[in-house]
Amino acid sequence: MDWFGFLFLIEVTIGGLLSGVMYALVAIGFVLIYKTSGVLNFAQGAMVLFAALTFVSLVEAGVPFFLALIISAAIMVALGFAIERTVLRPLANRSPMTLFMATLGLSYIIEGAAQIIWGTEVHRLDLGISNAPFQIAGVFISTFDLVAAGIAGVLVASLTAFFRWTRTGLAFRAVADDQFAALAVGLRLDRTWATVWAAAGIVALVAGLLWGARLGVQFSLSLIVLKALPVLVLGGFDSVLGAIVAGLAIGAAEKLAEVYLGPFVGGGIEGWFAYVVALLVLLVRPSGLFGQKLVERF
Amino acid sequence: MSTLADTRLHSPNLLRHTPLATFLLIAFIAIPALASPYVIEAILLPFLALALAGVGLNLLTGYGGQVSLGSAAFMAVGAFAAYNIQLRLNLPLPLTILLSALTAATVGLIFGLPSLRLRGFYLAVSTLAAQFFVQWALTKFGWFSNYSPSGVISAPGMTLLGYSLDSTTARYLLALTLVTLLTLGVWAFTAGPLGNDLIAIRDNETAAQIIGVPVLKTKLVAFALSSAIIGVAGFLWAFTYLRTIEPAGFDLDRSFDVLFIIIIGGLATLRGAFLGAGLIVVFPLLLSRLSAMAFGGMIDSGVLELVQRIILGTLIIAFLIAEPNGLAAILTRVKRRFARNTL
Repeated sequence: MDWFGFLFLIEVTIGGLLSGVMYALVAIGFVLIYKTSGVLNFAQGAMVLFAALTFVSLVEAGVPFFLALIISAAIMVALGFAIERTVLRPLANRSPMTLFMATLGLSYIIEGAAQIIWGTEVHRLDLGISNAPFQIAGVFISTFDLVAAGIAGVLVASLTAFFRWTRTGLAFRAVADDQFAALAVGLRLDRTWATVWAAAGIVALVAGLLWGARLGVQFSLSLIVLKALPVLVLGGFDSVLGAIVAGLAIGAAEKLAEVYLGPFVGGGIEGWFAYVVALLVLLVRPSGLFGQKLVERF
Repeated sequence: MSTLADTRLHSPNLLRHTPLATFLLIAFIAIPALASPYVIEAILLPFLALALAGVGLNLLTGYGGQVSLGSAAFMAVGAFAAYNIQLRLNLPLPLTILLSALTAATVGLIFGLPSLRLRGFYLAVSTLAAQFFVQWALTKFGWFSNYSPSGVISAPGMTLLGYSLDSTTARYLLALTLVTLLTLGVWAFTAGPLGNDLIAIRDNETAAQIIGVPVLKTKLVAFALSSAIIGVAGFLWAFTYLRTIEPAGFDLDRSFDVLFIIIIGGLATLRGAFLGAGLIVVFPLLLSRLSAMAFGGMIDSGVLELVQRIILGTLIIAFLIAEPNGLAAILTRVKRRFARNTL
């Protein structure tokens, strides 16, 4: 491989890693909920769409940027509480598969409601971050992607701090560790679940803003759930670290495959390549890279 | 003693099948004679295809406990296999259908392999691989659609023993025959030893293995059989209902539709698949009629579709909360109450 080929390889890899950050951002929302309540929340993508649409519509209505941010965050928190009250609580103690199917229904409701309330047209979202690429040692890197990665980093750091140093975070960890023990020492499961759904709503808002700035705020935003699922499977459903590592790995693998493998099979392999990578890893490690090993006792 | 017990069991059993026989008589004779072509084309044909897909998925998910989000992929495989077999081999229709079912079974077997290792959500997500890969392959490789420039193929005519099956009634009877035969087949399967093995694995895999159930074999058989049936459903969807074949018609939403059919209808019941399919097919038509009547076309179709999505989502959650056994359980309850009142 000549020098330019090598530079190109580096550039593709970095681009892939950075878009992997974006995948991880969506996947973290899933992990939060799965860790504490054992629910695979298919509606996470719909929540991303809902959050982004709410924010964009507020900004377009003339609300200042930060006020719009606060209002959308408040709405997402309220949505989280509402979901716990109307969907999760009646379904408590049911099988995880039942809860998963309920979130499928939930995603239909949120998607439909978001578009009825805020309309179906595509909105442009400008976060004021430049999209111009800059050059380091001959390799082009997109400023936007780098800023997005920074924001994701801050989000993960604050989530980690929250989990480690606050009482609520401690409750989260207790519930994630052992629901019955947590219940026995007097933790309110329903309140913890409501909080964690609210937190996932905030994560959805961040993901929605970054993805929305890149793709435009529209229905297809809710389809990023399909991009996040292989990341989740690869990283393990209950590991934030796993989501990040798997996000990076899948982002890079996908871009490299599209560039170096795509031409041989006619391109467009982005839709399924991540799934095949995840599947192959799963065949060796059935709980993903960082997932908790499922031990069956009877 | 035992003969007495046997005879006692026998007569209620016969009685139990009278409603089914009546149903079939109505479906095979009264409906083709009386129903308008609109009812058959717009309601009964999609209903039959989706009900069959529901039966196939129910075998895997309801009886086998393996959730699949890739049903539409196997429908697509069935439809495209039938198209290509008819185009390239020119075999009699029953053989074409059989071969396309076998093709779907083979593809199902391949995507069922991860089920030997994966459980629960990990498996459910991996079935999405089938959904995206199959749709991509069918769109990308022109060979499958005989290099049709638009990718949308109109289904070729069907003939059986020299008779054309292109009239509405003939297509309806073909679909009805296939659905009846396959449903009876699945019924026999679930009542038989293999079906028991499958249910045992669903309820407790480790325990099933300990008492000697061949877990791997049973799971693969379930995947193959379910995919074959869903493949035939795809054939029906493309050849008898839409009469066009295109990959876009078999997208993720269609997969979810099939999953919703068995949730709403009732998992692990065959009549549930039919009840659920009926609801999924009739409900959008009903809703658009209703809104046309109530608001006189003031609501545009885009909004209506969104309202439909919201109601469907609400229905799913409502059923999961209030009646996890679906419409089939409600029907049983209603029948029991009715029987108590008449006695």
